[in-house]
Amino acid sequence: MAETLYLITLFPLLGFLINGLAGRWLSEKQSGYIASLAVLGSFLVSAQLLLAFLALPAEERLLTQTLFSWIPVGDLNIQVGYRFDPLSAVMALVVSGVGLLIHIYSIGYMQGDPGVRRYFSFLNLFTFMMLNLVLADNLVLMFLGWEGVGLCSYLLIGFWFEDEAKARAGMKAFIVNRIGDAGFIVALILLYHQFGTLSISEIAQAAPGAQIGRGFFTATTLLMFLGAVGKSAQIPLYVWLPDAMAGPTPVSALIHAATMVTAGVYLIARNSVLFSLAPATMSIVAVIGIITAFFAATIAITQNDIKKVLAYSTISQLGYMFTAVGVGAFSAGIFHLMTHAFFKGLLFLGAGSVIHGLKGEQDLRSMGGLKEQLPTTHWTMLVGVMAIAGIPGLSGFFSKDEILWAAFSRHEGFSWLWLAGIVTAGITAFYMFRLFFRTFYGKAAWQEAGYQPHESPSVMTIPLVLLAFLSILGGYVGIPAALGGVNQFHHFLEPVLAVYPGVGAAAVQHPSQGLELLLMGVSTVVVLGGIYYAYRVYVQQPTLADDLAQRMGLLHRLSFNKYFVDEAYHLLIVRPFQALAEGLWKWFDIQVVDGAVNGSGHAIARISGAIRRIQSGLIQHYASIILLGVIFILIYLYID
Amino acid sequence: MVVPLYHILAFAGLLFTIGVVGVLFRRNAIIVFMSVEIMLNAVNLAFVAFSRYHGNVNGQVFVFFIMTLAAAEVAVGLAIIVSLFRNLRTSDISEIRLMKH
Repeated sequence: MAETLYLITLFPLLGFLINGLAGRWLSEKQSGYIASLAVLGSFLVSAQLLLAFLALPAEERLLTQTLFSWIPVGDLNIQVGYRFDPLSAVMALVVSGVGLLIHIYSIGYMQGDPGVRRYFSFLNLFTFMMLNLVLADNLVLMFLGWEGVGLCSYLLIGFWFEDEAKARAGMKAFIVNRIGDAGFIVALILLYHQFGTLSISEIAQAAPGAQIGRGFFTATTLLMFLGAVGKSAQIPLYVWLPDAMAGPTPVSALIHAATMVTAGVYLIARNSVLFSLAPATMSIVAVIGIITAFFAATIAITQNDIKKVLAYSTISQLGYMFTAVGVGAFSAGIFHLMTHAFFKGLLFLGAGSVIHGLKGEQDLRSMGGLKEQLPTTHWTMLVGVMAIAGIPGLSGFFSKDEILWAAFSRHEGFSWLWLAGIVTAGITAFYMFRLFFRTFYGKAAWQEAGYQPHESPSVMTIPLVLLAFLSILGGYVGIPAALGGVNQFHHFLEPVLAVYPGVGAAAVQHPSQGLELLLMGVSTVVVLGGIYYAYRVYVQQPTLADDLAQRMGLLHRLSFNKYFVDEAYHLLIVRPFQALAEGLWKWFDIQVVDGAVNGSGHAIARISGAIRRIQSGLIQHYASIILLGVIFILIYLYID
Repeated sequence: MVVPLYHILAFAGLLFTIGVVGVLFRRNAIIVFMSVEIMLNAVNLAFVAFSRYHGNVNGQVFVFFIMTLAAAEVAVGLAIIVSLFRNLRTSDISEIRLMKH
């Protein structure tokens, strides 16, 4: 069974090579079909392996395959090896499944773009790298995938690189990620130094019994978390994600919502044993997660670009996931990761459909009243916003409430996490329905701008419909005990995740069900309140919005300008760094480096100018020198 | 009467030195060329002498090869000198400095 494992990554790699090398001989359609088929192949293999898994008892659900030795250096032998267990199974299915729908959607969305073959080859490369990331059985291969998805993210954000702002957004994403990746690399070195191996399972086995101080685990996990903060756009490194919306919308859906940005959550879940040994790090993860969730949600309220709203909402939802893993509820984090991939992928594709219908318009103020023109997009997006808001019965409800419950049941004074989480849930419901209402209801502002909106072709709407179904049904794999379920999702992942002592996972297993139901009721009321408020402000009394903005004054300006974080970073980090770089350029590079290089050039020119005088051109000089040489050789031989 | 070997070798050495001096110090290209031939023949003489002395015919075979080679070399060398003269109107090699830096 394990021998088919390599096929999961092989298909997208082939797709990348075909589209990348032979793309010029393919038609636009063929290119899209090849890319989609490649991802379909990965999906089918993953699905087949998962089905085989479900038939096995829990402790036998592990497949490994070692392909070849990659970096054999002394004692270190890094292998290209894959590991398929419940956690990577979930991830591989999300990546290839949602990825497949987005590939198909792209065939319609990217139609007519001159770079469509390049687009599909990058998309396949991304899928290949992401699958490597989730299937890797050692941290170095995982890091390869980690960097690979970062590269593809850069390439696809700057896909329309003729536009300088978009090219810059790509660079910003790449550079901000680099800060986090540096932390990841240092963590790898520390782990290798301590354990002499980089295999994830070997480290997980050795770590709990090792005679190592807590400080080591805290430092290592904090460095890993730094990597996760960069990749998953958490405070303080979240600034690249809103700019990343410069890429094509399906890219935002695939990379910047459903898969790549969740890699940080996966990293923590994958190394849950290490993180469980570092309670200090866990608290930091949870706190940063909830602050990010709240903070990003408050920005999302006032943004006018439909994709920016979704970007901040992604940051906010990622914050929830980090809160979950931070309180030790690893499976809840992965659960939310999965449902988020469904509904956020759906929302981005829906937004893409709107943008497509309006010929590239992204401003909410130019939309409104599109319900009639875009019927399928309208109702699928309704499902999406309801799921993300957490309407009972949809996927987002189950995963979000599992996180909130885990946060609440975390003792040691962490119940404020729950409070912040529930406030954020209310804000989320408000801003998501704000987006929805401003797009599909109210005054049809697009008429003034002269747009003629049209529904997207079926190649785009079918993925929307499928994702809508997933957004509804995706939660039913993890119904909590309080609602009469058995939370199969949690039990499926249980064997590969650490149990964080005393909290989270353990508490979810033995809930006081009445309390949990009460909390669900509270969150539902808060969410419905948020939705009603959005309805009042944006449908019933459209003038109310401006009044509110006026009355909120300072708060509104702060939120609208994203708390001036970009400006602050620019002033405090980018500018000093540029000044330093310029100083080094003018002094060190020009004076010292160029001086040394040019100086040695001049020196050689001068020496050769002196030496060339022996080249007299007189044949007899040369003959004399040959004779002298012969005489010297003879003397030498004679002495010898 | 047999001429002793070292007489012949001394004579060959003298001839060779004359050739070397001619190559190094004469200016006329034809004379330089002739000096080269003198050096070759000095070597030939030494070969024949050793051949007699050791009673081994190999040395004389070498001489035939060298004479054949020298004939070919003369053809090429004279052609070079003629072509130099045609182009530069001189056969004085101190004036021919085309390889100067």
